[in-house]
Amino acid sequence: MKRFSLLLLAAFFLLYPSINRGQEESGPSYGDTIVVGSIGEPSILIPMLASDSASHDVAGLIFNGLVKYDKDLTLTGDLAESWEVSPDGLTITFHLRKDVKWQDGVPFTAEDVIFGYKTIIDPRTPTAYKEDYLQVKEIHAPDPYTLVVKYEKPFAPALASWGNLPVLPKHLLEGKDITQTDFGRHPIGTGPFKFVEWIPGDMVVLEANPGYFEGRPYLDRYIYKVIPDQATMFLEAKALNIDLMGLTPIQYTRQTNDAFFKKYFKKYRFPAFAYTYLGFNLRDPRFKDRRVRQAIAYAIDKKEILQGVLFGLGSIATGPYVPNTWPYNPNVKRYPYNPEKARQLLKEAGWEDTDGDGILDKDGRPFEFTILTNQGNSLRIKTATIIQWRLAKIGIRVKIRTVEWATFINEFVDKRRFEAIILGWSIGLDPDQYDIWHSSKTGEKEFNFIGYSNPEVDELLEKGRRTFDIEERKKYYYRIQEILAEDQPYVFLYVPDALVMVSSRFRGIEPAPIGITYNIHKWYVPKRLQRYVPIP
Amino acid sequence: MERVETPLRLFWRRFKRNRLAVAGGIIVISLFFVAIFAPYLSPYDPNEIDVSSILLPPSLDHPFGTDELGRDVLSRMIWGARISLQVGFVAVGIAVVIGVVLGAIAGYYGGMVDSLVMRFVDIMLSIPTFFLILAVIAFLEPSIFNIMAVIGLTSWMGVARLVRAEFLSLKEREFVMAAKSLGAGDMRIIFRHILPNAMAPVLVSAVLGVAGAVLTESALSFLGIGVQPPTPSWGNILTAGKDNIEIAWWLSFFPGLAILVTVLGYNLLGEGIRDAIDPRLRI
Amino acid sequence: MALYVIKRLITMIPVLIGITLISFFIIHLAPGKPTDILTELNPKITPEARERLEKLYGLDKPLHIQYLMWLKKVVRLDFGNSFSTDRRPVIEKIKERLPVTILINLLSILLILVTAIPIGVYSAVRQYSFFDKVMTVFVFVGFATPTFWLALLLMILFGIYLGWLPISGLTSLGYEKLTLWGKFTDLAQHLLLPVFVSAFGGLAGLSRYMRSNMLEVIRQDYITTARAKGLPERRVIYRHALRNALLPVITILGLSVPGLIGGSVIFETIFAIPGMGQLFYQGVLMRDYPLIMGILVIGAFLTLLGNLLADLAYALADPRIRLGG
Repeated sequence: MKRFSLLLLAAFFLLYPSINRGQEESGPSYGDTIVVGSIGEPSILIPMLASDSASHDVAGLIFNGLVKYDKDLTLTGDLAESWEVSPDGLTITFHLRKDVKWQDGVPFTAEDVIFGYKTIIDPRTPTAYKEDYLQVKEIHAPDPYTLVVKYEKPFAPALASWGNLPVLPKHLLEGKDITQTDFGRHPIGTGPFKFVEWIPGDMVVLEANPGYFEGRPYLDRYIYKVIPDQATMFLEAKALNIDLMGLTPIQYTRQTNDAFFKKYFKKYRFPAFAYTYLGFNLRDPRFKDRRVRQAIAYAIDKKEILQGVLFGLGSIATGPYVPNTWPYNPNVKRYPYNPEKARQLLKEAGWEDTDGDGILDKDGRPFEFTILTNQGNSLRIKTATIIQWRLAKIGIRVKIRTVEWATFINEFVDKRRFEAIILGWSIGLDPDQYDIWHSSKTGEKEFNFIGYSNPEVDELLEKGRRTFDIEERKKYYYRIQEILAEDQPYVFLYVPDALVMVSSRFRGIEPAPIGITYNIHKWYVPKRLQRYVPIP
Repeated sequence: MERVETPLRLFWRRFKRNRLAVAGGIIVISLFFVAIFAPYLSPYDPNEIDVSSILLPPSLDHPFGTDELGRDVLSRMIWGARISLQVGFVAVGIAVVIGVVLGAIAGYYGGMVDSLVMRFVDIMLSIPTFFLILAVIAFLEPSIFNIMAVIGLTSWMGVARLVRAEFLSLKEREFVMAAKSLGAGDMRIIFRHILPNAMAPVLVSAVLGVAGAVLTESALSFLGIGVQPPTPSWGNILTAGKDNIEIAWWLSFFPGLAILVTVLGYNLLGEGIRDAIDPRLRI
Repeated sequence: MALYVIKRLITMIPVLIGITLISFFIIHLAPGKPTDILTELNPKITPEARERLEKLYGLDKPLHIQYLMWLKKVVRLDFGNSFSTDRRPVIEKIKERLPVTILINLLSILLILVTAIPIGVYSAVRQYSFFDKVMTVFVFVGFATPTFWLALLLMILFGIYLGWLPISGLTSLGYEKLTLWGKFTDLAQHLLLPVFVSAFGGLAGLSRYMRSNMLEVIRQDYITTARAKGLPERRVIYRHALRNALLPVITILGLSVPGLIGGSVIFETIFAIPGMGQLFYQGVLMRDYPLIMGILVIGAFLTLLGNLLADLAYALADPRIRLGG
């Protein structure tokens, strides 16, 4: 296929060289396919039911939200043309675009959003994203293109919550059990690309939606290719069979600098909205003691992890926000590597090596625990290995266990069956982290799985989400970060940079604070560089 | 015409003439040596992390280079030899004992006993061993003990079939008839007369078995469901090698080579032993 | 011969029962009951997973009833629904993946047969010749090479440096638009490395067996007799010796079928081939017990089929096996 199409292209080029040259300057051209490599296969293509990034990657191209973040991280309209927030902050009125059709031709209306909202708050719907929608007091559509949402109390993250999670085609799903339908494997959305086929274990194929309301994407096809192994995927990319993939820090620093790579690819680096942490199960009596958590924080050399795991492509995390965003508080307590201090704190907490076996003990029990993390994430496994080695030096024996992602989340994290975990949060752009830190959010499937409870943090979280004024909110979130730094319910480890490589034949890529793929429907390949041409 | 010699001396005289076999023997003995004296031989602590020397190519300081956490590959491989040796011998020990006993019984007695044993062999052979091992490990926990036991319990069938085949043909031979007519008991015939003559293929098979066990362990570890890190094993060093195959050839090359040489050693040794004891080769 | 086949088929029945018994036994390896304290501390299997298992396999019932219940489902190829997020029936997932795995395994066996036997025979006939020595070295080294290592090296060589072959997957993008011949060559290019790698270990092993069997046969009295009778050497080798030397080879080939199927886990994972082996590996990582059990049983059936074929071939080649009796 590859060779054949290249030949065909060459012939074309010889015959019409001037036209082709002209085209590149004259603007974007239609055609070609982008092949995106992924380690994970999507599980289901309905945003509200998906909990893995692979599913969201693909579903995000098929579905739209009412609002979205633009490239500079400000909220902007998507399916909603405009909106008004009432002065008391309790009512949002969305004015929807009138030119939007589902990919099967049926017009999109406010009823679809109401249907999606009802589905997401239905207790039978297995979704992790209910919380924001339970805040809604009332929702109604005075006409097909107007949606009014009312809240009981002011809710700062309200607007941002109307992304693509609660938008579903009512005409296709009404009266059906969403978990039992085939829709999750054959979705129909409003987005720039529409679903073509899903070859299990291999790829998901999407094609341009000619009726997309922002205009048909230039690319004909989007292929989400599943290659479960990062190294193999990289080899495929070098064989020019993958056009876009995430890079590991090693690949970024050491494997992408030769002439070949520079000719065929471009690489991009931008701060990710995510951080990685070591979380303790605070129900465990050993980790209930703050001194023990602080000691572990002192015993872990975060610079070493940043260097060894990320090759310096990132920064040290100090709390649950990332640098260069407005809620980030740079002046919180830090824990530089200090094993002496760690030993001393542990001694205060009653942990000493009384029997001389090199392992600390208390009441006759040695200090050992298991760090659980997910399989396949080599960065986390390396982090765990470094922590294991450092903690051994102060007399704590650590075991590492890796579990496949779905099992890890469903059976261990959700059921609180862990002593310590290494995990990451990708953080939303609104600073509200009620779900993660509030003491009421410790139930099964809820996100405060470590069981953190601090009345002052609870209060600040409550205030923070009920306030619209940024300066005032900032005060609350700054204080939360101070408390968390002192409490160390997590040892905050690092904020990684996102590292991506893209084939150099794609044009229209505009790196922005939000990343690069936000405008993929505007990407194009000049005619003479197109690789995948349809054979008539 | 022949001088009277003890079988052992005869064996040794023949064995040492075979240079390849001796080479195999030396490889295997060296492995034992390395495994036993690992703490004294390894230049570094195999788990010593050093982020300032990540993925260094081989040098005087690190003859086999360093891995992605800056650990010394040579030291990790020396400790990995222990795993390899343990898995190989324990697993094959289990397999050979089961295989010889069942094969001998089946071949010698024939009839009902034979069909029963062979049905069991068929059953075990019909389940793809690697699947069986993976399934068991999915239900249990990946640990070195589970791996040794599972490999052993799933790899005796080849030995059993070979032993049975040998017994089937040998029991009709004149020397067995002669022993029987002289009133020798079943056990005596099985273990004194037939088994020694059936040992050559068993030995070859056992040696291939060690090789197989070493390969299986490395494959499991390579897939991440064998020996768990940070315990060093050749297989899991190779996993890191796979992730960095383009930039850190030493991470793949040395452990792969170690596996290759080890298996080669067992094979050469086994074939050498076979050649040296097989009376049919004596002319 | 027909009688022999029927007999073999009948003897397969207890084997089938045995396979299901062993598979059934594995379900019971899942450690601990929900009430066990160990389960809490040792999160290998969670109470919830256990509960689902109990429901699926009726683990609260007496053993023999459990087995019969399970067997009844297995006979209907009902292995329950996968534990993974899509919750699809296990048998459906296997059906999607099976053809690829069978194809690759058949091709591997073919490759092993057509290369290993000539190599073995020729090495034996020309013992200690240059060819024999080279082949001996090749075989020893080949047999000792970890296939996953080889796979990686070949991927680098042919996929990257030479750029001759695709590295992963089964078909190129745009496969469905190719002509029939185009499809064939595309598939062949993708299959070349996986088939070679999966055949590699068996190839080395089998040619070694072939050689030593041939050597043994050649030394037998009847060969000497045949030579003494003045029969041409070719006839001696290919009519008399080869036939007898093939017997153990057939056994070994039959034995290598499960190894090949099992090996599919490794190369399908490395080459990203969406076959049963890759599905199984993912199932193992996810502790997807229904899927694991389903593939185990299906894999066993396949192997049984392979063994049956090997037995028939054995019978064909060995006049000593009395077909009627």
